[in-house]
Amino acid sequence: MTIRIVETVFDPFLEIQHFQTQLALNGKCGATSIFIGTMRDFNDGDDVRAMTLEHYDGMTQKQLAKIIATAKEKWAILDELIIHRIGDILPNEPIVVISVWAMHRAEAFEACRYIMEELKSHAPFWKREILTSNESRWVLKNTSGKN
Amino acid sequence: MITITLRYFASLREQVGRSKETFTFSHTLSVVDVWQHANSMPLPENTLIAVNMEYVDKLYCVCDGDEVAFFPPVTGG
Repeated sequence: MTIRIVETVFDPFLEIQHFQTQLALNGKCGATSIFIGTMRDFNDGDDVRAMTLEHYDGMTQKQLAKIIATAKEKWAILDELIIHRIGDILPNEPIVVISVWAMHRAEAFEACRYIMEELKSHAPFWKREILTSNESRWVLKNTSGKN
Repeated sequence: MITITLRYFASLREQVGRSKETFTFSHTLSVVDVWQHANSMPLPENTLIAVNMEYVDKLYCVCDGDEVAFFPPVTGG
C-alpha cells in the first residue's frame, strides 16, 4: 500500500508504471484496475480556470489507509496505490490516481471503485474553484459516483 | 482540567475566522458543547467532526489532549 499527497503536477501513467516495477508479486497479479480523476474546466454551468485543493494533513493519510484496509478485508487484492494532488491545480491536470493490483479482475474493479467512492466521501480534501470571471467559490459537495 | 485543540478547515475556517485554537475546560464535554463554547454561530447542519483524526458524532465527549476538527463536507477526488 502506498499513499502519497503531492503538491506538484504528476503523470499518473508514469507513476503507475514506476510503482508496478517495484512490486514483488511473483506472477500472482492477473488484473490491474486504474482510476484517474482529472480537473474539468467547467462545473455547475460555469467556466473554471483553476482550483485549489486543501486537506487535513495527517487525517487524510489516516483515512485513506483505513479505506484501503477495509478494501483488503472485502476483496483479495495484492497491492494499492493512491496519489492525490493538493495546492493549485489547472484544468486537465490529474487530481487523483488509484490503482489496484489483484489476482482477478472482479476484485481489482470492485476494490478500485470502492476506494475511490470512499475517498470521495471520507478523505478530508476540499476544492476551491476559481472561475474565468475570477470569482472564487468552495465546491459544496461531490457528485454521485452512481449513474 | 482538560485542554483540547480545535481546528477548522475550508469554508468553515473562513466563516469562523480562525484555523486553530486551544481551550481548557474544568470537565469533559461533548464536541457540540465545545463548538458552542468556542463560537457564537450555531454549528452548521452539515458539519463533519473529527477527534484525533477519526470521525465522531456531535455527542462524542472529548478527553484531555484531544484535537477536535470541524469541517464542511469533503470534496476531494
